[in-house]
Amino acid sequence: MPQNSGATGVTAEEIRTRVRELAAAHDPATTDHVEFLGHRFDAGLAWVHFPVGCGGLGAPRALQQVAEQELAAAGAKPANVYRNPIGLGMGAPTVAVHGTEEQRSRLLRPLWTGEEVWCQLFSEPGAGSDLAGLATRAVRDGDDWIVNGQKVWTSFAHKARWAMLLARTDPDLPKHQGLTYFFLDMSLPGVEVRPLRQATGQAEFNEVFLTDVRIPDSMRADEVGKGWTVSNTTLMNERVAIGGGASPREGGVISPVAALWRSRPEVRTPALHDQVMKAWVEAEVARLANARIGQQLAAGKPGPEGSAAKISFARINQETTRLWLELSGEDGLTYDDWTMRRVDLGGSDGGRSAGYYYLRAKGNSIEGGTTEILRGVIADRVLELPREPRTDTKLPWKEIPR
Amino acid sequence: MTDIPSLLYTDVEDDLRATLRGLLADRCPWSDVLARVDTDEPYDESLWKSVAEDLGLAGLLIPESLGGAGATAREAAVTLEELARAVAPIPYYPSAILATTALTASPASEARDNALPALAAGTAIATLTIPATTAPGAEFPASITGSLDANGQLHLTGAATTVLAADRADLLVVPVLIDGEPHLALVDATAPGLTRTRATTLDATRPVGTITLDGVPATAIADPTQAPAALAHALVTGAALLASEQLGVAERSLEETVTYLKTRHQFGRPIGSYQALRHRAADLWADIAAARATARYAAAALAEGSDDAPIAASLAQAYCSDVAVHAAEECVQMHGGIGFTWEHPAHLYLKRAMSLSLLQGTPTHHRAALGGLVNLPSA
Ligand SMILES: Cc1cc2nc3c(=O)[nH]c(=O)nc-3n(C[C@H](O)[C@H](O)[C@H](O)COP(=O)(O)OP(=O)(O)OC[C@H]3O[C@@H](n4cnc5c(N)ncnc54)[C@H](O)[C@@H]3O)c2cc1C
Repeated sequence: MPQNSGATGVTAEEIRTRVRELAAAHDPATTDHVEFLGHRFDAGLAWVHFPVGCGGLGAPRALQQVAEQELAAAGAKPANVYRNPIGLGMGAPTVAVHGTEEQRSRLLRPLWTGEEVWCQLFSEPGAGSDLAGLATRAVRDGDDWIVNGQKVWTSFAHKARWAMLLARTDPDLPKHQGLTYFFLDMSLPGVEVRPLRQATGQAEFNEVFLTDVRIPDSMRADEVGKGWTVSNTTLMNERVAIGGGASPREGGVISPVAALWRSRPEVRTPALHDQVMKAWVEAEVARLANARIGQQLAAGKPGPEGSAAKISFARINQETTRLWLELSGEDGLTYDDWTMRRVDLGGSDGGRSAGYYYLRAKGNSIEGGTTEILRGVIADRVLELPREPRTDTKLPWKEIPR
Repeated sequence: MTDIPSLLYTDVEDDLRATLRGLLADRCPWSDVLARVDTDEPYDESLWKSVAEDLGLAGLLIPESLGGAGATAREAAVTLEELARAVAPIPYYPSAILATTALTASPASEARDNALPALAAGTAIATLTIPATTAPGAEFPASITGSLDANGQLHLTGAATTVLAADRADLLVVPVLIDGEPHLALVDATAPGLTRTRATTLDATRPVGTITLDGVPATAIADPTQAPAALAHALVTGAALLASEQLGVAERSLEETVTYLKTRHQFGRPIGSYQALRHRAADLWADIAAARATARYAAAALAEGSDDAPIAASLAQAYCSDVAVHAAEECVQMHGGIGFTWEHPAHLYLKRAMSLSLLQGTPTHHRAALGGLVNLPSA
């Protein structure tokens, strides 16, 4: 995350003034929402801690709250993160940290407004947890790179104009060194997106086939061979995006469980009461832990707790939705709809049956790094425990058994 | 529900921690704590003097006008984290937390205002004469009754079991029924008619005992309009702040474990390179991070005088108790045979953690209580 914190000495008062000027010039009540978001970006009020020109002011991150409060007071609709979840959560910080001037000015504004949705082309059939083992090849050809390979589990690829693409540029180097990162225009010839149906019946994710796709070198992120470093920026932000975020008490999946318990006394037993309270406690503890992570971030002291939050988010969602089904009795046996649909943006999966949420939660411990992999990350980077012995890191990639 | 208060540590709190940790490293190594278990002197009187008198920490929750530091529950919480990390054998919790907050929540009176400065200075140690397992929301204790003699002097009769520091306290804050009505009374522990015993305790660093009163002279300090609320305040404060002790024990247990995982070799590798152990250590770390936020919230809710304090206290107990016990149990297991020996500190943390989970309400009790507080009624 770029953090010229305080370099420009921006104060809370200046941010309030900027919001008032923005609202005066473009009345949030009458201006089209997407257009308003664009003006908000130009005013440096998208992410105040981003550099000037990137939708920010180079201000301390803590001042984002001030901007949000003042915007709400001015009557601006909150900017829904689900308009472009992967772009906002991971694409933007990656472009801001590793992008060239040209890439930043081309990519960030429409990413922010949601006019250009982003997806993440990392996982492949042969490389998930072991991301650095991926096989999609990018070969230099003049001012272009020619890319061939297959990606999988790509959420929102069917909506995306841009992708974060990790590809192998040198198979003779060890796996982590031969990777390069690109910003891929999904409308280029040779990009084919096919829906991949998931356990819930619908298709959030896709398979993406890349056949002789020509990416201009100007859309390479950072240096050739630096792909692993760049992808770590993306992944750290992914774990914060999936696990993090402040919510009100009883926000999240505990909400329907608590509502059911309150409205249906006939389901209550002492044993289930303890389970409901365990779930309630876990939810509230996670909420406070997330709030603390946010406070650390706002104070400019980010900690490694994001990985922990993502592990507990997955566990809590899974345990609580299972309890929800158990409390549902006969209703638990039904499911609203198995029709294959491609999922829309906007976070509009509200109002579905308990079974849907139970099934969807299964993905939470897999997407964005599995729970097992995150435990390894904590063991390595936080506790600094001795690493597991590995045989794959020093060999040239092409010699690793597959 | 308003905004969540700061759950971070302030610079003042960090400084307090550093000072206390330095003192404890020097004066309270675990080997000394262990050696004391086999003696008849469970309390480290000289450590108490340093913590209470030299650092002035016994009076954190006492107003400056009564000789205290006028600090808040946040600083008291940091103190408890550190004392628990060292399993320090001093009666800080019963005196500086439980008895002190029962007194500060009682109205000003000569007896109270003489007692508090002595507690703040650490020259006197007090306790609250209730079973240490009493949870917030419990019925007012009925095991001790009081009556007035012909001169109008109050006398107390009855008994309380598993009272923390029963054998050491100089002053007792006693919940008592007078004509069936709840009061708090103050008793000098050397008064005639008072006997006390010390039990052999699971956590030898934290003794409990029975106090028996047979017509012991006492001074009433809170009447039926004040006593239940004062006792409730002390119990909520106690439960909320014990979470910080639990955090301290859990952190210490994990640190000892991680150190061992890095150094102990089996099968030609450090055991910390085996995934079965790495993942369990990572889970503990994640749980401790969550426990820290929860314990901080409980302390902050008290410090702010928030209406949410009873919820915050039960939440913290429901969560942090289990985290501490789990961390201490894992500490034993991941040390193998050495972790099961008397000569290794793991059992000190285990005994502290387990007995902590029984103080002021078990986690199961607090979950049930929370149901009542957040409108999720039991069956
Ligand atoms: C809903 C959803 C959305 C997704 N969206 C995207 C997306 O938009 N873009 C994208 O690139 N990817 C996406 N993914 C893919 C996701 O990142 C991978 O599925 C994940 O990283 C796991 O990889 P894998 O499926 O190949 O499983 P594997 O890596 O084969 O893992 C199989 C099992 O082995 C375990 N395992 C693997 N290695 C180890 C190890 N070293 N130690 C211990 N256990 C291990 C894993 O934890 C898992 O339990 C999505 C996945 C889901 C479920």
